[in-house]
Amino acid sequence: MPKLTIDGIAVEVPANTTILQAAEQVGVEIPRFCYHDRLSIAGNCRMCLVDVEKSPKPVASCAMPVGEGMVVHTKSDRANKARGGVMEFLLINHPLDCPICDQGGECDLQDQAMAYGFDRGRYHENKRAVKDKYMGPVVETVMTRCIHCTRCVRFATEVAGVPQLGATGRGEDMEITTYLEGALSSELSGNVVDLCPVGALTSKPYAFNARPWELRKTESIDVMDAVGTNVRLDARGRQVLRVLPRVNEDVNEEWLADKSRHAVDGLRYQRLDQPFVRKNGKLAPASWDEAFAVITAKIKNLDGKKFAAIAGDTADVEAMLALKDLMTACGSSNLDCRQDGASLDPNARASYIFNSTIAGIEQADAILIVGSNPRKEAPVLNARIRKRYLKGGVKIAVIGDAAQLTYKYEHIGTTADVLAKIADGSHPFAATLKAAKNPMIILGMAALTRPDGAATLATAKNAADACGLVKDGWNGFNVLHTAAARVGGLDIGFVPGSGGKDVRGILDGAGKGEIEAVYLLGADEIDTAKLGKAFVIYQGHHGDRGAHRADVVLPGAAYTEKDGTYVNTEGRVQQALRAVFPPGDAREDWTIIRALSEKLGRTLPYDNLAQVRARMAFVNPLFKGVNKAEKAEWKGFGAPGSVAAVAFDYPVKNYYMTDPISRASRTMAQCTEEFVLAGSKQKSGTHG
Amino acid sequence: MSGRALAKDQPASFAFTAEMTARLNQIIAKYPQGRQASAVIPALDLAQRQEGWVTRPAIEEIARLLDMAPMRVLEVATFYTMFNLHPVGKTHVQICTSLPCWLRGSNEVVKACKEKLGIGMGERSADGTFSLGELECSGACVNAPVAQIGDDYYEDLDYASTVKMLDAFKRGETPKAGSVTGRDGSAPAGDHLTLTEKPTPPAKQDFAAAKAAFEKAKAEAAAKAAAPKA
Repeated sequence: MPKLTIDGIAVEVPANTTILQAAEQVGVEIPRFCYHDRLSIAGNCRMCLVDVEKSPKPVASCAMPVGEGMVVHTKSDRANKARGGVMEFLLINHPLDCPICDQGGECDLQDQAMAYGFDRGRYHENKRAVKDKYMGPVVETVMTRCIHCTRCVRFATEVAGVPQLGATGRGEDMEITTYLEGALSSELSGNVVDLCPVGALTSKPYAFNARPWELRKTESIDVMDAVGTNVRLDARGRQVLRVLPRVNEDVNEEWLADKSRHAVDGLRYQRLDQPFVRKNGKLAPASWDEAFAVITAKIKNLDGKKFAAIAGDTADVEAMLALKDLMTACGSSNLDCRQDGASLDPNARASYIFNSTIAGIEQADAILIVGSNPRKEAPVLNARIRKRYLKGGVKIAVIGDAAQLTYKYEHIGTTADVLAKIADGSHPFAATLKAAKNPMIILGMAALTRPDGAATLATAKNAADACGLVKDGWNGFNVLHTAAARVGGLDIGFVPGSGGKDVRGILDGAGKGEIEAVYLLGADEIDTAKLGKAFVIYQGHHGDRGAHRADVVLPGAAYTEKDGTYVNTEGRVQQALRAVFPPGDAREDWTIIRALSEKLGRTLPYDNLAQVRARMAFVNPLFKGVNKAEKAEWKGFGAPGSVAAVAFDYPVKNYYMTDPISRASRTMAQCTEEFVLAGSKQKSGTHG
Repeated sequence: MSGRALAKDQPASFAFTAEMTARLNQIIAKYPQGRQASAVIPALDLAQRQEGWVTRPAIEEIARLLDMAPMRVLEVATFYTMFNLHPVGKTHVQICTSLPCWLRGSNEVVKACKEKLGIGMGERSADGTFSLGELECSGACVNAPVAQIGDDYYEDLDYASTVKMLDAFKRGETPKAGSVTGRDGSAPAGDHLTLTEKPTPPAKQDFAAAKAAFEKAKAEAAAKAAAPKA
């Protein structure tokens, strides 16, 4: 543990720490462009120069390991002069076009030029100009502004695992580009925009939309996948203009997936902003009173057994709880939050959460991925697996499609029955799991939504027990969800009660006429054709599949428009705050259900959010602790049975369009065209 | 210096010949297991020797052979100006125009090439026999100005000798590499001005006598050590 002095403050840090990191520990900030905590050290911008006593020249603090007895001055005249010189060099070729640059106001170069820049240039030669590059539908480039810090190159290579970015040429001709100027085919490509310290890489959908000081910033939780990425919603007026990641080391570090970042423009299109009632086969605008009257006439005297409810993938816990309470009050136990029909066991929490936690991936030394494509289902979590992979000493195996996951793995089978061989120990990878210190299984939805899902779950549990996945302080049995609402729904018990029907039962029942009314809480991923002649109430925010089939449409709020609680795949309870109000007559979801309950004569016992949350905590004490991933008790679950030797059917076929918001998003449509349809569809002459 | 981008017209495919593959495998074998990417520069050089220039299919083939991302190979290929990213003539004339050569008259050499070949810098003659390029300092400043053709340097050029050299290439000959004025390597032009006298041999030494004296002293010391103390 070398001891050193930084600006007169004595500090003792572990060996191999750099001067810059040591300075950060004592609260001394050193300017930098190329250095980034989560990327490898490049040391090429030279902005972090500091003065070290007995050193003949200034030292790049980001790349210099601390030494015993070093005396560092970060604010000496020599250090300041050196940084001033670096800044002057950087500005020789930087176009001073801040007034028309999207990075203006949140630009590292701009900020640091205020501190170290000189008020006029000493160079009168022409500035260099660089042709802009195409990097895909979400990254806008103005390459003349690039200062060659190579953060984007290192991010693409190290974190995203798609080494398509690079620096061609040398010296004045150096240019950052993708290989042959193709689109950056990563689900995490939007992060290069956050990383870029200047305005060279900016967000294409957000281009020329707003200045950072105009925006109202709200802390929220992303619902596009089940990772529960912590986000910040930047809104102006009634529009959320962009989504940025927040740092949460336990969940997303500081990354955000492209769909979560850019699907937000979908909130502007196809919105349900007033109630609709189906008249003569067509949905006609109606008032809330009319809509409620139609529902009341149908439901009030309906036998509870003929009434059912399905919750969608982005529903908040508050709304699901209110709907569950309403269904119970109506005497119905036909409710399900698993619209994909996944055989998750609501009675054993350990059976449906990512027990090891996402941060726990970094401790794992053997990982078996079954029926999941984490790159498409949870890109940020996949980046964590890649991070673990890059550290080395981990064996990864996949049962399922041999997809490109950004890390190398052993492909041990395409069909689910290989899992049974792991469970009985006859497969060699079982020995690898047994020998590992922290073994892990990641079970995807593709493995559980099949008809033999319950048997697959039981087999996975057997494999977990047989291979020692659960031991003191470690539970390596992980379920990777695709829906943000799933774990929350299971936690409050939005599942069939005794004698109740699950999703398959409800759809069958509706087809046969046994179920006469179905309440869809943002449920769009079911086969609406199977609803038969049932009376359908759709509550949600987009005119998507569910609303098209509905007899009554109740306009709800999207995740940006309500205070909601979400539980991510690892069982972490997180709360999102409202950034903007819902459009038109739309309302927050739980309040709609509360209002309807009064009309039905079964008034729910809560009038404000605090009371709803108190009720949540009463139903499941987990909801008392926000931001914590509670450990779950390990007990029996699943149904014994044989697992069919059939290949998996993956839930996420087009990563860019999985829910009503992303389906309505223009940016996601462009991404679909670029990455999913490219090659499969010829562009016509009149295209675009 | 521009044109460090890939050429627009590219061949459809690239494959190393059997001989080149053998040479590449020999180079890869020099590096530890898993570090085969270290062979990227020699691999690009082999591709250039085979095709005359570095093609996009060659970059992708090398990336595949060395298990690298194509972007990483492209970075290397564009970094080093010795890799030709555009087709060059059968005789690729590169003239050093860095400061020492320029001081010694590289402008005249360039002028001679342009006039003789009828092409400009970075261009290729219509029949594909000649192309003209610039060279960064070739490290032979003592023999400036210098032109590089293939692996050979032609040194001490001026207008007339450049024309003479190009004529020889036009006839299909390969003139003798090195100084065109007949200098011996980088020795001074004309007669030697220093070290002209016959070198004097070192003073004569009697190694046998020196060795005998050493052995004697050693024996005496041993005897002294062995003698009983008085």
